Amino acid sequence: MKTYTASIIVSLRRAILDVQGKAVENALHSLHMQGMANVRIGKHIELDVLAPDIDTARATVEEACAKLLANPVMEDVHIDIAEKAAGASA
Amino acid sequence: MKIGVVTFPGSNCNADAEFGATITGNTAVRLWHKDTSLPSGLDAVILPGGFSYGDYLRTGAIARFSPIMQSVIAFANDGGIVFGICNGFQILCESGLLPGALIRNEGLSFVCKDVHLRVERTNSPFTGALTAGSVLRIPIAHGEGRFTAPADVINEIEGNNQVLYRYATSDGSIAAAANPNGSINNIAGITNARGNVMGMMPHPERACDPLLGSTDGVSVFASLALELSSR
Repeated sequence: MKTYTASIIVSLRRAILDVQGKAVENALHSLHMQGMANVRIGKHIELDVLAPDIDTARATVEEACAKLLANPVMEDVHIDIAEKAAGASA
Repeated sequence: MKIGVVTFPGSNCNADAEFGATITGNTAVRLWHKDTSLPSGLDAVILPGGFSYGDYLRTGAIARFSPIMQSVIAFANDGGIVFGICNGFQILCESGLLPGALIRNEGLSFVCKDVHLRVERTNSPFTGALTAGSVLRIPIAHGEGRFTAPADVINEIEGNNQVLYRYATSDGSIAAAANPNGSINNIAGITNARGNVMGMMPHPERACDPLLGSTDGVSVFASLALELSSR
């Protein structure tokens, strides 16, 4: 078994108005940063998972996202996963 | 009739919900989130408002996996009457007993005020003591009450007449100005397709005594009592 680290980004589905993102976008514009648009606010979740290989690790994380970490009715998920570097703190 | 009211860590409307259940002649039974079964002979379950498990991750996301919810889900799937108010509505959506989701209010603020609700239909276990088209004045108190769902799900909800309450003006017209949180189609309360599970963001239990400024919530609990006595 190996330890993998997953980095999960949970964000509101594109079709849903992200009011936090909109407020932050307006704040950026009030700071005269006019070139910035489409601000989206999401959540970043990190976790370690013990698995025999990266595919199993990914499947486990996807299941966790579907069951608890995200709500598919309103949220999209992006998962990055890699073997945990040797010597990295547990 | 026996109505169970679940207390989760962070529930804060459980005592009011018990009050709402008892003023219409029913007996309220206190249920605890760690209970692994429902008492025998229970006629209905209320999931009250509050901030269960601190609203961590998403509102209702963790409560949905609490031990008692497994029994509540089974109870609902057997046709039992389940009524979620505010956080209870959020828990029912997370558990899949009701369609859609409740997300951050459009205006970003926590909104605590009286709103007007138009009663959309009365042939449901939750609105039988009401008059279709009548308007109730009941408070809301939430930060995440914007009802949303994919377009096909909204079409299904509307096509099945699953909307029981909409935010309205005091004379009952459905207007954007009367929508306190940006909910699609001014939706304030819905039922499942089968009709035995209902969720609403407004708090009828906070409008059950003249001292609280409105008694319009009594008719919501009276509807529940009417349904239970006819079963």
